[in-house]
Amino acid sequence: MLNTLKNRFEQGYRTCSYPKEKPAVFPRYRGRPIIQKDVSQEMVEMCADACPQDAIDIALKKIDMGRCVFCGTCERISNGAFVQFTGDFEIATSKKEDLLTNGDLPALAEHSKQHFKKLFGRSLQLRQVSAAGCNACEADLNVLATPFFDLARFGINFVASPRHSDGIVVTGPVSRNMKTALLTTYDAIPDPKVVIAVGSCTITGGPFLGSPEITEGLDTILPVDLFVPGCPPHPLTNLHALLTFFK
Amino acid sequence: MTTGFLEISNGEKLAREQIPHLPFDEFHETALAIVKEGGKVVQYFGYQDDASMKLLAVLRTDKLLVAGCDAKESYPSFTQTCEPFHMFEREIAEQFGIRPEGHPWLKMVRYHPNYRNMPDVFDNDYEQDIPGNYPYYQVEGDEIHEVAVGPVHAGVIEPGHFRFNCIGERVLNLEIQLGYQHRAVENLLYNVHAKRLPILTENIAGDTTIGHSLCMAQAVESLTQVKPDKGARIIRTIALELERLANHIGDLGALSGDVAFLPPANYFGRLRGDFLNLSLLLCGNRFGKGLVRPGGVRFSLSDDVRKILDERIKELRLQVEHVLDLLFSASTVRARFEDCGNVSHIDADHLGLVGPAGRACGIPYDVRRCFPTEHYDQIDIPENKKPSGDVYARARMRYDEVLQSLSIIESLIGIPVETNCVNDINYNLPADSFVVTLNEAWRGEVSHAVLTDKNGKILRYKVKDPSFHNWNGLSMSLRDTGISDFPLNNKSFNLSYCGFDL
Repeated sequence: MLNTLKNRFEQGYRTCSYPKEKPAVFPRYRGRPIIQKDVSQEMVEMCADACPQDAIDIALKKIDMGRCVFCGTCERISNGAFVQFTGDFEIATSKKEDLLTNGDLPALAEHSKQHFKKLFGRSLQLRQVSAAGCNACEADLNVLATPFFDLARFGINFVASPRHSDGIVVTGPVSRNMKTALLTTYDAIPDPKVVIAVGSCTITGGPFLGSPEITEGLDTILPVDLFVPGCPPHPLTNLHALLTFFK
Repeated sequence: MTTGFLEISNGEKLAREQIPHLPFDEFHETALAIVKEGGKVVQYFGYQDDASMKLLAVLRTDKLLVAGCDAKESYPSFTQTCEPFHMFEREIAEQFGIRPEGHPWLKMVRYHPNYRNMPDVFDNDYEQDIPGNYPYYQVEGDEIHEVAVGPVHAGVIEPGHFRFNCIGERVLNLEIQLGYQHRAVENLLYNVHAKRLPILTENIAGDTTIGHSLCMAQAVESLTQVKPDKGARIIRTIALELERLANHIGDLGALSGDVAFLPPANYFGRLRGDFLNLSLLLCGNRFGKGLVRPGGVRFSLSDDVRKILDERIKELRLQVEHVLDLLFSASTVRARFEDCGNVSHIDADHLGLVGPAGRACGIPYDVRRCFPTEHYDQIDIPENKKPSGDVYARARMRYDEVLQSLSIIESLIGIPVETNCVNDINYNLPADSFVVTLNEAWRGEVSHAVLTDKNGKILRYKVKDPSFHNWNGLSMSLRDTGISDFPLNNKSFNLSYCGFDL
């Protein structure tokens, strides 16, 4: 008993004050990319050529955060002259096309559907389905339940049954073997319901682009309301997306 | 005993003509003899070379041994007399339509059509949903009932199907059907542009990013004869130990939660995040994605990073020690952990369990000690093992390894290292070559094998995650255990679905 109490005092209060204050993230973190438009065409082509995800649109000089895995290759080879990854983790969007960006993102709060806020603003229960995710996206959703993030204080919970949920959070590139189970889970959720795509795999197929076993984009099989890019998205990215879109 | 097989070292580049190519019967007999005398299977896979179909095996005793042969369309199954081949033979049957006659449990592994358009060994119609035509193992009797769980589970967790045959609360058999996560990783690895190789290997299993990345990087480095500098080797070693720490601590928290002792569950949950953040400190990603590349690492251990890492590890060590003490000194926790989900040493040996799950059954094998890579040849890794094979042993193994990993990192932070960071490099692989790499990731032995063709293109890229060996260990642990102890046992193994499903 004494040991339990001693540990309790040592642990103290650990919950972050987000969204009131933004917690500091270590400087090497790669968040929202910013594009410098006035660079040479060769530089853009060099970056596009080196990008393992083919996420750079040469003509538009934009980067597709839905394909990007935030590896930072383009930033390194352009020495930051073309692409720079900032420490900004607030990068979710409500439209897939907004992920193709030069660094400016529409304010998510203004683009969320107002009736969602009314319906789910005080209580949001979500069912998570991992559909061939590598367990990184899943892990960084799971940590939202730990004391540091404490998702439940906002009235948002992950629940076990789709029957009890208001929506579905999908991770992974939706493998052929998982597609039916995913769609069945979706069908089991009562209307009205939300669909959230977390991670580059779910949004576009990500690292598995070109595999015949996967689905290249959750939006090709379900109506997606919220896109959370990253590989995996930082837990704060997930938290920002949920709070801004529904609160 | 090993006549016919060639002794190789971990990450040694071979010309393919150096690999002994044996007549099938000799390959069969020698491989069986080696494994029956205590050897283990590291890799055993098929590949197509021009028009012919070949097999290749990498076995380990206290050495690594390799040999190959021409495949037959059907042959008497090795598994009939030698269990460690069990999963490997099923995988070959699924990938290439080669039938191991008399295999005691010939069912699909990941549920996909074979790569050669051969008649399907399992008579599956792949237009149908998983698991096709397969009849699950059934126990008969009036009082027997079946429980089917998954693929979608109750938590935020990967998908798989568990089929229990029970009498009352008691589990007589658990059958595990995976494959839901299958993304055809191996095929992508030899079909895509080389620039995608690091990204793909990082995503085989996100919680084992460093383990798989190291296998890939070491394979490419060996083939192209590039040697990463000492600084890079040390940084990679630190990264692999950080990955081990984050996962082991997360597992201990989950185990604590499953026996309803919530303080350590919450503390470890938070501490796990702190260790993930140290990976982010090092390379900008909580799972180490973007750090390891062929030739070295992309991020240095600069003085400011080293200073923060040092301070954080000092602070975290105390907290980790205190919470470990809190968890393991609670008699209620011990009462639940002890004698739950026993796997005997003999069963573990026959199944070929690896990593902490194997060490908890008295099998001390650890790649860091037996076939060291990176900086591990300079580090004294103790011979870890526990005799009891229960949840307590698997938890206690993590306890020991957490403290050891902390010590390893502490000893490495002190070494001032410099490294030339690599950018994503272009490389040309040599023609007709072979390499196999092994690393001890947090779940155990990860191994990648690469074969190149006469143009230096990757002919076959074979990936093996430790979970490929260990899932059957979980099945065994549930025998004669209450079904309500399944979550606890499952957490005590915490195996990878996507690493298995590829």
